[in-house]
Amino acid sequence: MSETDDKVIEEGSEETREQADSGNAGDEEQSKGLPTLFFFIGFIISLVVGWVVFPAILYSSKKQPVDFNHVIHMELVDNGCESCHFFREDGTFSGAPRLAQCVDCHEDIQTESENEKVFVETYVSNGIEVPWYIYAKQPDCVFFSHAAHVKLANMDCVTCHGHIGESTSLREYEENVLTGYSRDIWGAKLWNMLTLKKEPWERMKMDDCAECHLEKTGRKTSIQTQKDGCLVCHK
Amino acid sequence: MKKERIDKKFGMVIDLDACTGCGSCMVACMAENNVPFKKDETNKLDSITWMRVYKLTNKKPFPETEICYLPRPCMHCEGQHSGHSPCVSVCPATATDYDMDTGIVSQIYTRCFGCRYCMAACPYHARYFNWWDPVWPDGMEKSLSPNVSPRMRGIVEKCSFCFHRYQLALDKAYVKGRRELKEHEYQTSCTQACPSGAITFGDLNNPDHQVHRLVKPDNRHHGRPTAKNAFRLLERLGTNPKVYYLSSKEWVRRAGDNYLDNEETGKPLNLMKELQPEPH
Repeated sequence: MSETDDKVIEEGSEETREQADSGNAGDEEQSKGLPTLFFFIGFIISLVVGWVVFPAILYSSKKQPVDFNHVIHMELVDNGCESCHFFREDGTFSGAPRLAQCVDCHEDIQTESENEKVFVETYVSNGIEVPWYIYAKQPDCVFFSHAAHVKLANMDCVTCHGHIGESTSLREYEENVLTGYSRDIWGAKLWNMLTLKKEPWERMKMDDCAECHLEKTGRKTSIQTQKDGCLVCHK
Repeated sequence: MKKERIDKKFGMVIDLDACTGCGSCMVACMAENNVPFKKDETNKLDSITWMRVYKLTNKKPFPETEICYLPRPCMHCEGQHSGHSPCVSVCPATATDYDMDTGIVSQIYTRCFGCRYCMAACPYHARYFNWWDPVWPDGMEKSLSPNVSPRMRGIVEKCSFCFHRYQLALDKAYVKGRRELKEHEYQTSCTQACPSGAITFGDLNNPDHQVHRLVKPDNRHHGRPTAKNAFRLLERLGTNPKVYYLSSKEWVRRAGDNYLDNEETGKPLNLMKELQPEPH
């Protein structure tokens, strides 16, 4: 960022020098300094607005209805992630568990946890499904197959989802107020938007899928893109 | 890249002798694929019908009059070389694509911006434009299929060979520990809906599949059918479609392409020969 700024200043000062040389400006010092300063201030303001203010307005934060503790549950179940996030026989993936799975243990309040109290009183006793916000929810045109990744390619959950299983509370869900999509698709951090990401779960745009597919499968079956076919991930 | 297995080439064979023109395929297709419709569909020019049944006649007076019904889905043309189908080669938005793995011409609705070049390029009128946003009757929105993305105003749509069924069938197979599908596991909606069994669907490259046995496509000559009575629409245009038709009637097979009066039905067009100057 600082490199770009320096360059801009250099260019700016060159321009003003040229203007000063060709014109009949009396006070040379002022004509050189002020426009550069104003440009610099405007540039900084634009950057702050574009990178900090606009994203802040664009995304609304929502708290999950119940703050779920993965660590406690992982200690109690036998089968790791698949105890609650399992495959159905028809090949679909269960994703966020339904109330029916929770009720097996949580028919009554078992601990002194405030969260469990809310969960049991609001949802279990009334028989209402918990309206979880899904961080990884994809747009309607996307077909994502857990079966292909987990069963066929033998990938584990952590590869894409990170260490969710070791978290003690759920982070806030951020929703794009214009599109309604989860922020996890574009990436939550500044460098995600600058096409950088350190971990797979930091961003889930189409190019990220295509890049990994090309790298892992080597398939170039699409005539137009020389990458994996469109209908592999679209519907 | 080394090829481990032969690419699949999904295709369809429609027996016109068996087709009664009932239109079940059209209805099944619309229901399966969330195809939008309007209150007034009298103007067929702006109706959307991924699968459409045409009526052919031999134009002879009674008592020689004969009628044949011809269902027409998207032909999923392969073209003369790898995926050079008419629509794919003109799309400026990478919205329509040819997949060498399945031979299916895809249409990505979120990618399309509605220029309609593909509609102009398609010689089969298999592509349709959404002039309006879909309006579903009260309550019908709940009965739409979640497996097919609904389209909006201003974009082009067409038959996908019910590709979502392939995706779901593959998922089921993966969970059961299989990589490949059996023939019956991926069938299109129209195939299953046809009461007279006129439509057959499967992998044209797989000799065990019924479609291959019915038409015996000759892959060295761009999939030209070698079985008796088999033909494709506008065969001599070189689009190399993956929908084959069967008819025992010569006039029906002749109606499948534009023949000159002195040309024999089914005779391949040798353009090179015709374009060459006659020797002096």
